[in-house]
Amino acid sequence: MTPSGDTPPVRPGDVRDGAGVPEPAAGHTGARLAAERPELVIAVPRGALLADTLDVLDRLGIDTTEVRENDRRLLFAEAGIVTMRPSDVPTYVEHGAADVGITGKDVLLEQPDREVYELLDLHYGHCRMIVAQPEGADPLERSMRRLGAVRVATKYPRIARGHFAATGRQAEIVEVKGSVELAPLTGLVDAIVDLTASGRTLAENRLAEREEIAVCTARLIANPAAHKLKAAAVDDLVARLRAAVPR
Amino acid sequence: MIHRTPGGTRDVLPDEMRELRGLSSHLRATFEEAGYGEVRTPSVEYEDVLRRGDERSAGAGYRVFDERGEVLVLRSDMTIPIARMVASRFPEASTPLRLSYFAHAYRAVEPQSGRPREVLQAGIELIGEPAPEGEAEVVGLMLSGLERAGLARHRVAIGDGSLYRMLLDHLGVAPEARTALLERLTRRDLVGLEALLARLDLDAGEREALTVLPTLRGGREVIETARRALGKGLAPAVDALDRLTGCVELLAGGHAAARVIVDLGLARELGYYTGAVFELYDPAVGFAIGGGGRYDELLGRFGRGLPACGIVVDLQRVHVAQAEEERLA
Repeated sequence: MTPSGDTPPVRPGDVRDGAGVPEPAAGHTGARLAAERPELVIAVPRGALLADTLDVLDRLGIDTTEVRENDRRLLFAEAGIVTMRPSDVPTYVEHGAADVGITGKDVLLEQPDREVYELLDLHYGHCRMIVAQPEGADPLERSMRRLGAVRVATKYPRIARGHFAATGRQAEIVEVKGSVELAPLTGLVDAIVDLTASGRTLAENRLAEREEIAVCTARLIANPAAHKLKAAAVDDLVARLRAAVPR
Repeated sequence: MIHRTPGGTRDVLPDEMRELRGLSSHLRATFEEAGYGEVRTPSVEYEDVLRRGDERSAGAGYRVFDERGEVLVLRSDMTIPIARMVASRFPEASTPLRLSYFAHAYRAVEPQSGRPREVLQAGIELIGEPAPEGEAEVVGLMLSGLERAGLARHRVAIGDGSLYRMLLDHLGVAPEARTALLERLTRRDLVGLEALLARLDLDAGEREALTVLPTLRGGREVIETARRALGKGLAPAVDALDRLTGCVELLAGGHAAARVIVDLGLARELGYYTGAVFELYDPAVGFAIGGGGRYDELLGRFGRGLPACGIVVDLQRVHVAQAEEERLA
């Protein structure tokens, strides 16, 4: 099921994982292969979090040269790394196709039903989920007052719906896939809910922040089964990451 | 012509059915030999009856009105119906009662989530046997049933669902914060848990104990680690840890010893658990293949106060694990 060959997670002499669970049948070649590979498969996000993530993994002594040199390859079995878009990380980890993964808190907030454990704040990839609207006007307030509801465009419909519900405002959420900044400029909506790091894209499109919803950073997540079956390896990774990322 | 079935449901065709039958016959034989009699209850129950057991009727997802306007729910687990049945059909029978079931349970699902709406469960309930003997019996029996069904690498995680709640009560954590903390614990959002604990008025040792506890899992030695982390100030947790030690020690004597993982962060979602909680795993399946726990107050809500515990597996997930063992062999 996993690229590591999925052998039992017991290391010799490792009391934390218990001892004596049957080894796979002799002659099963997966066992030999897996011995040379990292015990954990890590889901690594491509895109904005990739560079920082690879730097952190380098500091842990994981060889990421191959990942850096290959834009198109997705699976790096020797390093125990699979790469994917950040929003797919919880899916792979939930199903156990990766044991652990790194993704943004924004992704986790948007997919609250995923059965994954959130183990560590990695403190990089800092950005904010915000409500923004055209500069110099307050279309949100106007629509609230006159129409009783607001229209909001976003790539994060669950976060947006949750935020407006929690603040007692009726909102019609319009989901868009591409550049969300276009939506209020064309009159499609009053405002947007989006992720911003520097605020440059907002400024270039003459949009101004109105409300902050959440601060998002990169997080380490784990598959619930792997969290127990590979407890020693997971704890070791958490401890080393804790030491490697500045607070 | 192709006709739809509701999302999250599916047809089972003869090849798969044969294999599922094979699996359940091994489990059924294991349960039967240990004195567990198989029962069946209705797929639908009155909502007000199930609500006696759990406010949310154990999260039942489907309700209909019957011909008299009463609300019927499609059961979402078998434990509450069995508690209802025991109180109604065995009001005076001598205990312990040993019951088993092979039945479908129904869950509400998010569209496109790929999760099943209809789950085939195989489970046992041991009623009238207190901790820790009860836990050790049902866990040991399920582990050997799975072995007989062809699994080789399955493990059980054992924790105590009341441990964290008791600690929060003992420390006088306010109700809103308590709810928020337990919600984060259940999801194992350790980042959110730590952030929330940092904002509470606790001394450093208590905060440290509450932060570390959900990360402790491994062999029996983690119970000792927890004792040290909790220190003397957190006495109420000691009872829970003693019970857990008792359960793990009983299991350590049997064939199942090596399959036990102590997991002090385990907290299952269902509200009726009062003590030990279990989750079953197999390396071939990314999700838990089963779970259970102790529910000493549930029977009392139906009028026959008896300590009880149970454990259940999802047969389709067990099938995935068993198929993988066959492939490896």
